[in-house]
Amino acid sequence: MAKQRMKFTFPPDLVTQPLIYNMGKEFHVVTNIRRANVSRDRGWMILEISGGDAEIERAVTWAKDQGVRVDPIEGDIVAG
Amino acid sequence: MDAVSSRSANGVGTGGATVRGLQCRECGQMYPTEPIHVCELCFGPLEVAYDYDAIGNRISREQIAQGPSSLWRYKLLLPIEGDRIVDSQAGFTPLVRAHNLGRALGLRNLYVKNDTVNPTFSFKDRPVSIASTKAVEFGFDTLACASTGNLAGAVAAHAAIAGLKACIFIPADLEPSKIVGAQAYNPTLVAVDGNYDDVNRVCSEIAEEYRWAFVNINMRPYYSEGSKTLAYEVSEQLGWRIPDHAIVPIASGSLFTKVWKGFGELVKLGLTSPGTPRMTGAQALGCSPVVTAYDGHTLNVEPVKPKTIAKSLAIGNPADGYYSLRIIKESGGVACAVDDGEIVEGIKLLARTEGIFAETAGGVTIGVLKKLAESGVIDPDELVVAYVTGNGLKTQEALTGALIEPIQVRPSLRAIEEALALRAEPAAAVA
Repeated sequence: MAKQRMKFTFPPDLVTQPLIYNMGKEFHVVTNIRRANVSRDRGWMILEISGGDAEIERAVTWAKDQGVRVDPIEGDIVAG
Repeated sequence: MDAVSSRSANGVGTGGATVRGLQCRECGQMYPTEPIHVCELCFGPLEVAYDYDAIGNRISREQIAQGPSSLWRYKLLLPIEGDRIVDSQAGFTPLVRAHNLGRALGLRNLYVKNDTVNPTFSFKDRPVSIASTKAVEFGFDTLACASTGNLAGAVAAHAAIAGLKACIFIPADLEPSKIVGAQAYNPTLVAVDGNYDDVNRVCSEIAEEYRWAFVNINMRPYYSEGSKTLAYEVSEQLGWRIPDHAIVPIASGSLFTKVWKGFGELVKLGLTSPGTPRMTGAQALGCSPVVTAYDGHTLNVEPVKPKTIAKSLAIGNPADGYYSLRIIKESGGVACAVDDGEIVEGIKLLARTEGIFAETAGGVTIGVLKKLAESGVIDPDELVVAYVTGNGLKTQEALTGALIEPIQVRPSLRAIEEALALRAEPAAAVA
């Protein structure tokens, strides 16, 4: 069982959607939200996703396809 | 002098008793000083917590003044627990009283912190000095980073000094010329076949999997502390005072938050009189998520895709963006961006007035300084310090087509005189 930590950033049109719930239903992954800040038209979430490597990959790809921005929790690592 | 020195910098012995551990910036949870960077409870960032009473008992202006002319004179304020330091002699760079630039901008009390003259020509030598020293302390054999320029050079050089292996990751589409300054030190260079986001993600995974010292991932709490020395030096060079206003470029926001922390520590320890600087963040318009959030009166930083000539500031998802915004708000500073044309003009203005050739990030700082001076945000009598963090030789391509071309002449005195209009009258006969 793999675990990955990541930051999801939601655009305005996704803020009201039950996206994390749907991801858990659609894929065999467990989502564990550790920190979040969701307002009326913006939102971000720091979460841990557990599951098989391939399943996590599929779930994250699905989230990106929905319009979620997915980043490492460290922010951008490539520095100038 | 040994590069990896087992002498104690400035004769103050080890700093071990002065470090309390690592502390989560979000929930306050404490951790031991280990190569970790994220809180296991809330995934918040960790930073070094100090025992300021213990430091206060040992530090003084005199004790600092007796130290080496490098950042190691402030060793007691750095998270070093052993006696071995990886010493590139970084830091203690000039603080220039910028009379000419000040006159051009109508500022009577302007200083430029010239960090272009560090060993690998950027301020990155400061945090990497600390990260590499901690890597040796923790027993790592490999120093690593993901970089497109300045950080790569600093990591490769410090690994060479420390006798560590260096492994540097770059996006595959990066022009080779960008990392020549790192290749010279003979690191292992890995070009990752993917876009910028792919490189970010894979490096985060590598840092989880392998026992390497990734300077801006698992070593980040220690690495970032090195930037505090830019505050200590400015204060000491000003005769132990806090400037009224600091203009600092923002990429990840690490430098910005640590300059603030550094000034705060000096006040806390009584090394300077009480006061806080206005902290102003400078970004390139093509990558200005912090400025956008500031203008929108929010602390939520929306990630962006960078598109600017200021590559060393091109961090679209800044880890310390939120914390930088809080400091800007608390200190009464502002966040301001300049476009690529203004960046080039900033580079040229600094060069022709103060003789300092800065890279594009320096152009951002000077461009923002100019903009704020002209708009009256900076008071003409404020004591302002503009931080110039990297050398212009690293980003010469930014000036292509923006400089005056050489005057072509035939090899004769008359031709040169005519071209330069040296003589209005015919030459007088020499007796």
